Amino acid sequence: MLKRTPLYEHHLALKAKLIDFGGWEMPVQYSSLVQEHNAVRERVGLFDVSHMGEFLVSGPGAVEFTNHVVTNDVATLVVGQALYTVMCREDGTIVDDLVIYRTAEQEFLWVVNASNIDKDFTFVRECFDSYPETKPKLSNESQNYFQVALQGPKAVEALSTLTKTDLTGIKTYHCAYGSVAGAHCLIARTGYTGEDGFEIYGSPKDAATVWTALFQAGDPHGILPCGLGARDTLRTEMKYPLYGHEINDSTHPLETGLAWVVKLGKKDFVGKSALVGVKASGIRKTLIGLQGEGRIIARQGYKVLSTDGVEIGSITSGTLSPSLGFPIAVAFVNKEFSEKGKTLLVQVRDQQVPFKICETPFLKLRSKN
Amino acid sequence: MSYPSNLRYTKDHEWAELTSDTTVKVGITDHAQNALGDVVYLELPKAGRELKSHETFGVVESIKAVSDLLSPVAGKVVEVNAGLAADPIRINQNPHGEWMLVLEAPDAKAQFAGLLDATAYETFVKSL
Repeated sequence: MLKRTPLYEHHLALKAKLIDFGGWEMPVQYSSLVQEHNAVRERVGLFDVSHMGEFLVSGPGAVEFTNHVVTNDVATLVVGQALYTVMCREDGTIVDDLVIYRTAEQEFLWVVNASNIDKDFTFVRECFDSYPETKPKLSNESQNYFQVALQGPKAVEALSTLTKTDLTGIKTYHCAYGSVAGAHCLIARTGYTGEDGFEIYGSPKDAATVWTALFQAGDPHGILPCGLGARDTLRTEMKYPLYGHEINDSTHPLETGLAWVVKLGKKDFVGKSALVGVKASGIRKTLIGLQGEGRIIARQGYKVLSTDGVEIGSITSGTLSPSLGFPIAVAFVNKEFSEKGKTLLVQVRDQQVPFKICETPFLKLRSKN
Repeated sequence: MSYPSNLRYTKDHEWAELTSDTTVKVGITDHAQNALGDVVYLELPKAGRELKSHETFGVVESIKAVSDLLSPVAGKVVEVNAGLAADPIRINQNPHGEWMLVLEAPDAKAQFAGLLDATAYETFVKSL
C-alpha cells in the first residue's frame, strides 16, 4: 500500500496524475508539466512535498551530534538559518542529502528525502548509539509534519496576505516560526526550484487549511498546483542534485560537485577520514552540464562517449528545458572530459547525438532578495 | 478521454483509420498522449518502408518519458506527416486528428476490422 500525504484528497479533487514515488502516491502533474514549470518561473506554483522526512535533534549536544553525522558545519548557523549538506558513511559514500534548519539554539530540524526516510533514520540511529559524547534527543518526526513549497517570483506577495510575519526579514536560507492562515508553521525561505519562495512546515492537521489558503492567496497571481514532473525540470535547470540521479549510495560528495558542503577542517565526522583520503588521491570523476541542439532528450542512464567513441560516463538527469527550449543534461564523467565548450556524444537508442559541455546552472536567474 | 467510433485501436495505444480499402492512417490515442504528457519529440520512418504488424516504426518522447510507436497493421509507409514531427505538441492538442503515417496494404480493410473497436479499447484502458 502506497503512503499518502495529508493532501491526498486535494490532489484527487484537482485531477492530478498520481505516481508511485519512493513508496508514496504523489502528484506528478496536474495540468501540463510545461505550464506548471512556467508558473513557477514566471509567477508562483504550489507543491505538496509532505512526503519528505523530518528528524529532530534537540537539547545539549545537538550541535555536536549533528556535526558528527553531517559533512557541513551547523555550528556556523545562527538560530533561524538553514544549510544544505550530505551525510556519508565511514567509506565516504553518500547516505542522503538534506537541509538542516537551526530552529533554536539547541534544536535542529533535518529534512531528508522521502524514499530514504527509513534508511536514513537507521543510519542516524546507529551513529547515535555509538556516539561517545553527550547525546541530544533524536526523533523521527516525519509523521508529524506536512510540508508545502510555494515557489516563484510572486511567492512573497502571495504569502504576505496570510501571515503577520515580516517575510522580507526572512532572507534566503533562513526561517522563522509564524502563523500562516491561522496555523502555527515554520516558514523557511528555501526550495529546490532556483526561484525565490518558501517551504512551509506544520502539523498535518493544518495541511488542508494552509494549502487551500495558499491557493486562494496565489489566485490573483495565476498560481498553479505543481507536481513532481515540474519539480524535476526546475531543479535540473539549476543543476541541483537529486538523490537517485546525481548522488546515490555509491557516490561520494567530492566527485559530485558537493565539495562545498564537505568541511574537512571540521572536528571528526562520519566519513571524514575516507573523504580526506579521496581528496589526497585525486578526484577522477565529475558532474558536467551538457546542452544539445534539436529536441532529442539525453535521459538518465544513457551512455556518454568521447568524440572518438570511447565510453566516458553516463547521463544522471536530462530533459528538454521548458525555460530554454533546448535539451539539457547532467552527466557523470571522467574528469579529463569536463572542459567547457567541448563536444561529447550521447548514445540515444541507435544514434550518437552531439552535446556540448556548458556552463551551469543552465538557467541564469534574476537575483533574489 | 475520447474514443472516436470511426477508429480502431491496439493495446499498444495506437489508432488506425481506414481511409480507403487499401490504406489506413495511424496515430496515438488520447490515452497515450495523456499518459505521456507534453510531447517534445517525434521520430518517424521514411516513406517506402515495409512494416509488420506491431513493428516499431518510430519514437515519441515527452519530457517525462520515451515510448516506441508500434504499427497497428502490416503495410508499406506511403506518406509521413513531416509537419507533425516539426511541431509534435499538436499530438497533445488533437491526438485523433494528428496522424503520423499512411500505410498501404492490399488487405488493409480486413486488418483494420481485426483491431479493437472503440468500446473494446475503452474497456481495455479502464482495466489498466
